[in-house]
Amino acid sequence: MNAKLIDDDCAVLVQDLTVAYREKPVLWDIDLKIPKGVLLAIVGPNGAGKTTLLRSIMGLIKPAAGNVSIFGQSIHQQKKSIGYMPQRGSVDWDFPTDALDVVMMGRYGHLGWFKRPSKTDKKLALDALDRVGMADFSHHQLNQLSGGQQQRVFLARALVQDADLYFMDEPFVGVDAVTEKTIIELLKELRNQAKTVVVVHHDLQTLSDYFDWVSLLNVRQIAYGSVKDVLTQENLKTTYGGRSAFLTANQSAHNQS
Amino acid sequence: MIAEFFQFNYTLTIVMAGAFILGISSGLLSSFAVLRQQSLLGDVISHAAFPGIAIAFLIMMTKDPLGLFFGAMVSGWIGTLFVNAIVRFTTLSYDAAFGIILSVFFGLGIVLLSYIQRVPSSEKAGLNSFLFGSASTMLYQDVITMALFSLIIILFIFLFWKEFKLLSFDPNFMSSLGFPVHKLNLLLTTLLVISIVIGLQMVGVVLMSAMVIAPAAAARQWTSHLGTMVLLSGFFGLLSGVIGTLFSNFIPHISTGPMIVVIVSFFVVVSLLFAPHRGLIWNWIQNYYYRSNIRANSMLVNMLLFSESQTDPYHCHQLSALTAIGRGPALRAMKELQRQQYVRNPEADLWGFTKRGYQKAQHLQATLFKDDHGY
Repeated sequence: MNAKLIDDDCAVLVQDLTVAYREKPVLWDIDLKIPKGVLLAIVGPNGAGKTTLLRSIMGLIKPAAGNVSIFGQSIHQQKKSIGYMPQRGSVDWDFPTDALDVVMMGRYGHLGWFKRPSKTDKKLALDALDRVGMADFSHHQLNQLSGGQQQRVFLARALVQDADLYFMDEPFVGVDAVTEKTIIELLKELRNQAKTVVVVHHDLQTLSDYFDWVSLLNVRQIAYGSVKDVLTQENLKTTYGGRSAFLTANQSAHNQS
Repeated sequence: MIAEFFQFNYTLTIVMAGAFILGISSGLLSSFAVLRQQSLLGDVISHAAFPGIAIAFLIMMTKDPLGLFFGAMVSGWIGTLFVNAIVRFTTLSYDAAFGIILSVFFGLGIVLLSYIQRVPSSEKAGLNSFLFGSASTMLYQDVITMALFSLIIILFIFLFWKEFKLLSFDPNFMSSLGFPVHKLNLLLTTLLVISIVIGLQMVGVVLMSAMVIAPAAAARQWTSHLGTMVLLSGFFGLLSGVIGTLFSNFIPHISTGPMIVVIVSFFVVVSLLFAPHRGLIWNWIQNYYYRSNIRANSMLVNMLLFSESQTDPYHCHQLSALTAIGRGPALRAMKELQRQQYVRNPEADLWGFTKRGYQKAQHLQATLFKDDHGY
């Protein structure tokens, strides 16, 4: 299936991407064709370059080599069609503002310079908060929110971006089961609306339940394709190296289901 | 009236206006500096500006305020560029880069200043007042220059409000939206440099950093809304400028700049202690209140357990028996409950429910383990 994809059908096309910090390569020669309308997980051990890959695709990190195109154009021409949910820990949650204000920041790209958010933007933000189950928290200060609630606020902010292609960096880290369910249902909803969602993910247990496609990453791309094809014990071993004891157990569970 | 005031208090009026302007502009920008965790950058900028003043003087050989401002600004700016370059191209972290640039530039400034002392010029007097600031050397044209720069700062904060907010909260996300984060960063830093340079003559390079940390640190204590915080820190800034000037005017031998810094520090101390929600004293009181409340409530629930073995729920028990099942100082909890009329104390050492208390205990029992926060 992968080979049959024409470049035009791709939401993201990555060719020969290499990223390095000083002399150390963080990503090595990545090729990736992400078709439109899939829910893709980027999986790999710590330090595998998952976040770096996400940020390089979005043009936030300058690669040492390689090309990235989004819907057939350069990322800079497509900024308005992407949505981004960074890691929760990347901001200071003691910042003096409320949940609604943060969600409205998702509209800033559409607003452009100098313009302030309008009533329509506010309504969109309130709707998004409602979709993530946070309607009652719109005027809560950021430091009053729990970790799961902060994650939902970030998701709502990505939703109001009204994008065709979403990048989400570890949306399930540090959230309770209810929040995890809310988030994955919204991600599947986005996918069902023919949007493309790329997620940095950690949990191998939920991989096949949540995602259609997976990229196994450890500096190089170990395997890429549909979850069914890629999630083999051998691939996991290559990705995670020697630490494969729990993977074996996990894999047998996967085979039974 | 006004004309008379201006005539008789010409110096005071000039100084007051200067203090007002320096307070408001550094106050407004201090919020962004503190929220972006760049408070110490202010210290670096003010010290780095020092050699610029000396160099500008050596070039002009006069103390033209605009020229000195310009020299300070360029030099402060170069200092911040060097900090960024050190962090980017070496393995040193920000604190090390701050320390290096601050001391190197300040040292250079002192060297240049001592050189200037040997230059034959009648104008050189008063340059060393930039060290600790001096209000008496302020002139009308200084205030006009300050006011112009201050207006520029206010205008930019107003224009770029949304952009500066997002830049301070989440620059990564901002960059993903396509905003030129690096350029906005430079713009905000430039404004910070301007606000610091505005205050150098009055407060001096050594103490100026207080003016870009303290107002925001105080303001943050009172509000959790960025707009209010920025306005409030501007207000704290100008208020300390005005009060500091008045103090140093009416108390002899007190210099203005340091007095302003003392006043603004006073605001910080008061805010850290007494502000609602974030103040230390507020927290102590809250914690005491919560704890005694929890103690009292758990005592009520414990009494309910006791009364279940009795036919009469209002039967009184000895305090020692109640202490045995509860924890902590039972008498204090009982006294608190008695004050709220939940328990009665018919005889010494005998305690029992009132009707109100029995209902309250049953209600607590039913709801205690339910999450009443809604999540």
